[in-house]
Amino acid sequence: MSTTTEPKRTRTSSYTAAAANYIDERTTISAVVKEFGRKIFPDHWSFMLGEVALYSFVVILLTGTFLTFFYDPSMAETHYEGSYVPLKGVEMSVAMASTLDISFDIRGGLLIRQIHHWGALLFIAATGLHMLRVFFTGTFRKPRELNWVIGFGLFILAMGEGFTGYSLPDDLLSGNGLRIIEGLVMGIPVIGTWISFLLFGGEFPGTAIVGRLYTLHILLLPAVLVALLALHLVFVVVHKHTQFAGPGRTNENVLGVPILPTFAAKAGGFFFIVFGVIVVMATFFAINPIWNYGPYDPSPVSAGTQPDWYIGFADGALRLIPPGLEIEFLNRTWSFNILIPMVALGAIIVLPMIYPFLEHWITRDNREHHIADRPRNAPTRTGIGAAGVTFYGVLWAAASSDLIATHFDLAMEHVIHFLQAAAILGPVVAYLITKRVCLALMKKDREIALHGIESGRIVKLPGGEFIEVHEQLDDYDRWKLVSYNDYAPLMIRPNSRGKITAATRVRAGLSRWFFEDRIAPVTRRDVELSHGEHHAAAAIEGEHQSAIGADRNRH
Amino acid sequence: MSNATKRKNRAGRRSPLATVALLAIGLLSTGGAYALISGGTAEAQSDINSQQMIDEGEKLFSANCASCHGLNLEGSESGPSLIGVGAASVDFQVGTGRMPLAQQGPQGEEKPEQFTDEQTKALAAYVASLGPGPGLPDPRYLDGEGDAANGSELFRINCAMCHNVAGAGGALTEGKYAPAIDATPAHIYEAMVIGPQNMPVFNDANLSPEDKRDIITYLEFNRESPSPGGYVLGSLGPVAEGLFAWFFGLGAIVAIAVWLTAKSN
Amino acid sequence: MADDHGARDVVSAGQSARSVAVPVSASQETSVSPGLGVIAPDRFENPGIPPHQPRVTDLDPKKEKRAERTVYTLFYLSLAGSVFAIAAYFGFPIEENNIASTRMNNLMIGIGISLALLAIGIAAVHWGKALMPEEEMIDHRHPVIGSPATRARAVEIFDQANKESGLGRRSLLRNSLIGALVAFPLPAIVLFRDLYPGNQEDPVSALSHTMWKEGVRLTRDPSGTPIRASEVTLGSAFHVIPEGLDESEHYLEEKAKAAVLLMRLRPDELNEIEERKSWSYDGIVAYSKICTHVGCPVALYEQITHHLLCPCHQSQFDVTNHCEVIFGPAARPLPQLPIAVDDEGYLIAQSDFTEPVGPSFWERASVNDN
Repeated sequence: MSTTTEPKRTRTSSYTAAAANYIDERTTISAVVKEFGRKIFPDHWSFMLGEVALYSFVVILLTGTFLTFFYDPSMAETHYEGSYVPLKGVEMSVAMASTLDISFDIRGGLLIRQIHHWGALLFIAATGLHMLRVFFTGTFRKPRELNWVIGFGLFILAMGEGFTGYSLPDDLLSGNGLRIIEGLVMGIPVIGTWISFLLFGGEFPGTAIVGRLYTLHILLLPAVLVALLALHLVFVVVHKHTQFAGPGRTNENVLGVPILPTFAAKAGGFFFIVFGVIVVMATFFAINPIWNYGPYDPSPVSAGTQPDWYIGFADGALRLIPPGLEIEFLNRTWSFNILIPMVALGAIIVLPMIYPFLEHWITRDNREHHIADRPRNAPTRTGIGAAGVTFYGVLWAAASSDLIATHFDLAMEHVIHFLQAAAILGPVVAYLITKRVCLALMKKDREIALHGIESGRIVKLPGGEFIEVHEQLDDYDRWKLVSYNDYAPLMIRPNSRGKITAATRVRAGLSRWFFEDRIAPVTRRDVELSHGEHHAAAAIEGEHQSAIGADRNRH
Repeated sequence: MSNATKRKNRAGRRSPLATVALLAIGLLSTGGAYALISGGTAEAQSDINSQQMIDEGEKLFSANCASCHGLNLEGSESGPSLIGVGAASVDFQVGTGRMPLAQQGPQGEEKPEQFTDEQTKALAAYVASLGPGPGLPDPRYLDGEGDAANGSELFRINCAMCHNVAGAGGALTEGKYAPAIDATPAHIYEAMVIGPQNMPVFNDANLSPEDKRDIITYLEFNRESPSPGGYVLGSLGPVAEGLFAWFFGLGAIVAIAVWLTAKSN
Repeated sequence: MADDHGARDVVSAGQSARSVAVPVSASQETSVSPGLGVIAPDRFENPGIPPHQPRVTDLDPKKEKRAERTVYTLFYLSLAGSVFAIAAYFGFPIEENNIASTRMNNLMIGIGISLALLAIGIAAVHWGKALMPEEEMIDHRHPVIGSPATRARAVEIFDQANKESGLGRRSLLRNSLIGALVAFPLPAIVLFRDLYPGNQEDPVSALSHTMWKEGVRLTRDPSGTPIRASEVTLGSAFHVIPEGLDESEHYLEEKAKAAVLLMRLRPDELNEIEERKSWSYDGIVAYSKICTHVGCPVALYEQITHHLLCPCHQSQFDVTNHCEVIFGPAARPLPQLPIAVDDEGYLIAQSDFTEPVGPSFWERASVNDN
């Protein structure tokens, strides 16, 4: 900005102006400042979740770089000679020994390692929560479908980064994790055995895997991740951020604070806060104490062997398979106890990823949507989301079935059986309940928009009747309740050639599923009528609105 | 998160059958095991062999134990025979409060002990006097001065799969569990020798007394050293860490985000 | 990015509050199909931005002063935190073989850095919230789609490029180019073949045998000392490796296949099938420790129930019935190692496992047939 304003005659400002001028002459930075300096960001706490993920990622990059200076990804055998007494002289890989050295003999090394690991857990957690926010507010709709897919790519890469990093210390816990991966890969029909041998450079564990994972962890995956992240952010700029419905907020504008200075101060400060919270966790709470686990050895294992949380759903899926699902057919082994979980995991990844396209196919709504839905205003979508979250949650819980058993005094068999049932029934129940709750909330909103808020004042009418006075909403408050998108199910009509195609029937069926239980936004006419004669209002509204409960005209 | 107190207070409310049978088989086989093998720790030390101790133990036994285990240790429907289980078994079961049982359950639970150390030793003397069995451990194996590195390796191979690498305990089948290891060195040693309940026996041919000493040394080292990284969240591994990251980490950050985006008043 | 209007369109909300009250502009709704969307003709209209409420710091100079004080105090606090972290780096050094010193080092540096970061963060946010203008501003959106002129120009460029290059016309050129482009990455894929070098043993064969063979002694893990049958008492569980594993070139790979759990039960507790009666010795049985599900060590032996439990996915195996699966995702029993006793009373293997150990793999069924 200083390039465009009249420079003041103080020494500092003339120096700043000169520097800015120098840079602008070589970069056109003034155009960038002009373009982005006053870009507007809407304020809502849930819009910060993506930033949390971004900031945790920056923290991981910084600390990870530090760690690479000390970590040695070699699986050559060595005898540990560092400070941790119970492992002195124990044979282990150089990778493990160097990780122990970082933890015990490099000042601040343990802190950085713990920041890196806590940051990783938080990065993926924040990514997941950010995705849930986007899903439940419907902000994956046009024009953001592709960015949703890119975001999914980021989520998968983040999990890949997490898993490859988790395996690098070559300790007992991560080694057993790799063993499970090997078992999974070998269960893949036709190519599984070979993939496993190529991955591990031979039989498990071999001497190659840690080095290979290291290359993936610090080179390939981060490079792709950073590229996709950049693309993700470019699209955020192109689309401009969504906003929640509110007075003055339309589909054609965005209300909020400008980047310079307010948003920069808040978001910049937020980076330090996120970083700070991660450092607090790393300072006071131990994570992945590899010295307890010891070096990897195929014979021992620890009770409570679990992956980090983001792989938990996969581990849980493996646990929930009942015995005996493996057959020999055509002289080959078909491991359905591996394949079924893999399909479930694929579904968890793929179905949400393509959901925006499915919803668009049903609604054929080609408008751009920049107003975030309140979850209740899209009951079917919210119900579907709740079902998905429940399914994921059950698999996730299953990964700690043994700990659930010991901590709640249950038998692990009962826990597993319960979760097996919950994996199938839970999503259905969650869908039904969530959808009903959404519809109930919409009815309540409608009631309030029509009749206002119950004031608590009871008044006696001349006729002797007692009524409670309702306070009408002002225009601003009402707008939040009435400004959502409304859809009606598809009416099946023959196409130009007089035919009704199967696709149309499917689409009509799906649209009924989505929009049959419909509560339309209150209109001006509704309010006028509801303020008119009681009975007349009821009658007219009856024909005007379809799916409204009969319990609303009570004022 | 879990902690030892919680585990101690847990109410046995699982399958009502079986405790009796389990204990019976367990104690029988321990005794039988001992009868089969030579070696073991030094047979009962002098002080617990005195007739006075034995008489004292007999009185306590008749009053507190005989209703299940029989007046002559022969056992009954509600408790196994104790012939040949040895002083080590009595000291472990009574000294950790597992015996007398509070109620039937999948396994005997650790709880505040019902007898003084003196009374426990007397009971042990009495039971040992009626049949040979593993005696109390020699104190020189309990000093925690062994080789912690060997101990840690042996612990990982022989113990960690049930008790967790940090000794935090873990689940077994049908509601049973391997307890968190917070016992005294003597009780740890005795547990390895006798294989209480479903725990396998680790006789001296499997883990020599020196090996056992090393394991105890490692456990003592862990108990006495501070956790270098900070609070350990129950030593439960990635599950506890993941929950903590979500609820504390992300929870705190979301709370801050709410503050950050709220209108200033 | 190429949003030329962005900056110009930003208006202070206060100045033009009512002008944005115009509802959804008609352009989108008439030109773009809403699909199943329903737009009620008598819907409410956007009431526009509510009047701005000033903050206490806008009204009360004292409060403003105080906020300013808070902010710079926090910045100084952050500075102190950074200095403390550096001091802690030197002041709480790590002493060799002293875990407590590692802990203090971690704790003190961490406290310093936490303070430095959190104080900057909170100060900056507080500055932004309390002192910087917080009145909402408006930025206008434009449809993401390029303007008609831009699109027309883009099409024109493509057309021209197509004509000039002849890509559409010269089909042979085009097709051969596509062919070349498809083929050129293939060598790169082939190059990865030697991730598992070609001169090594065939995977299926490698997975089908272990170090065990006739006469190999069962030895303790990790010491490698042989085990006498008499030492395996009732209720015992020995973790076993084959003799000579230490000298093996591929220690971990061999151990990952050969690890065995040795248990002694009362002979009458074992329900042995006829052809395997000779595989145990006086109630002593040896089973592979590698889970047939995905390969975790199945080492949790319950000596009363004789159940083996895998701690990774809770598969359970019944030792009395040849380790058949009684719970969990595993499908096959653990392979049994046939054992015997040699002249000196030591336990030895009668042969290798008679089937591949560990997780299933695609070709496994064919191995069983051989």
